[in-house]
Amino acid sequence: MTKAHDIGLRMVRDAQGAPGYEVIVGGGLGRTPMIGKVLRAFLPKDDLLPYMEAILHVYNLIGRRDNKYKARIKITLHETGIEEFRALVDEAYIIKKAQFPGVDQDLLDRITTSFAAPTYDTVPFTGHAVQGGAFASWLDTNITAHRNPDYAIVSISMKPIGGTPGDATSAQMRVMADLARVYGHDELRISHEQNVILPHVHRRHLPDLYAALKEAGLATANIGLISDIIACPGMDYCALATARSIPIAQEIARRFDALKLERDIGDLKIKISGCINACGHHHVGHIGILGLDRAGVENYQITLGGDATENAAIGTRAGPGFAADELIPAIERIIDAYLTLRETPDERFIDAYNRLGADPFKAALYPQSDAQKAA
Amino acid sequence: MSVIVTDDGFAPDTWDGRILEMSDLTVSDTAGHALNFPVDGDVEALREYLPRLAMIRIPFASSADGRGFSLAQRLRLMGFKGRLRAVGDIISDQYRHARRTGFSEIEISDAMAARQPEEHWRAAAGWAQNDYRKHLSAAG
Repeated sequence: MTKAHDIGLRMVRDAQGAPGYEVIVGGGLGRTPMIGKVLRAFLPKDDLLPYMEAILHVYNLIGRRDNKYKARIKITLHETGIEEFRALVDEAYIIKKAQFPGVDQDLLDRITTSFAAPTYDTVPFTGHAVQGGAFASWLDTNITAHRNPDYAIVSISMKPIGGTPGDATSAQMRVMADLARVYGHDELRISHEQNVILPHVHRRHLPDLYAALKEAGLATANIGLISDIIACPGMDYCALATARSIPIAQEIARRFDALKLERDIGDLKIKISGCINACGHHHVGHIGILGLDRAGVENYQITLGGDATENAAIGTRAGPGFAADELIPAIERIIDAYLTLRETPDERFIDAYNRLGADPFKAALYPQSDAQKAA
Repeated sequence: MSVIVTDDGFAPDTWDGRILEMSDLTVSDTAGHALNFPVDGDVEALREYLPRLAMIRIPFASSADGRGFSLAQRLRLMGFKGRLRAVGDIISDQYRHARRTGFSEIEISDAMAARQPEEHWRAAAGWAQNDYRKHLSAAG
């Protein structure tokens, strides 16, 4: 998501190996989605604060104030152009850098200490006794490699099939807190994907952790799959919404669970927003769904090909929207097209889309208009 | 009427000198006078007058318009040593930012002063402490 922020920072090293940042500005979603542009390819680490000040100084002086919808760096950048914006920032940066007294090393040390890596358990991991089955499926999707090979990063899915994406009961939250204490060096993070992460779990604890999660109804093995949907609260809970989001996410999850296709489909990001403010980040979903109000009736627009990674892309609107009862069959048609068109089972939806373009997917989405064209 | 806010709290406006507009700069002697400087004005145009002006007033049309803070900082960096006054819709939460960017004082209306009594502003009188630059700077 770095490229979809007002200011995005990507940690990089220069040719000599010195740490620094690639600085990206002018990204954002909402009613005017834009992918940020690189303002500076390499900013030395120590210059971060004065450089950020320079960006905000420039934006403060030339940003739009006549219209609050245009009061964003992305609009200023779009209107000014990256070259001129960069020249202004560079000019301000000379002053900000000269004024900047440098980073307080004592404070930096305190922060570094607060974010120190845990004291790792040094027992070597020798493999799990259990093979196959539900535990193996969970390992397959919900575990990410840790820099320490004896450890794993565990994602606890908050997306049970048919449940409300991102919801946990108070009892489940207590269970997760306890499990973080016992197995996770007392650390637990909430992700923007609406899941919970245990960042440091020794691999020998995974079977016990899995059993405890399962007991609490928290062992859904679907991270990164079609039912791991980001959905905003939508009209069920949000006063800004123009359509419901949660029931759509629930229906998609139920439908593909019933079809037993989820594992076969593999990596797929569906993101749903219930209005143009895009809290569900639908623009950067491989399949994005935007709920709108068409004369009092919910209508859902589909965008295709969005990407929230380093290859950030805003999805392209596929065509006319769908009524709520037409939407799930429409998603199914896209998925069927993908399963037919992919070269190998390893070719993800987004890869197939980028290889083939939107046309075959649009044809699957709107078979009638295709037939009309042919006629 | 208006109220002047400083680190000492509320006080009446005691400025009784002339207040110039930008168009007056070239025709009158600016020494010891105040100037109304528009928030979209060019600070470079002021450079030659800075040593003689006693006060520069920068308007805040809305508490959501922070351009005055950037201007104040630039005027101080250009060497302006006189009084810098922020005039208009400043809220007490912004007092420390105003002071840190170089303003000497804030001018608010009586109505604003009634809505945000003196103790709200006094609460930020320690603006020089907890400045993140202080935290960041070993030199202070």
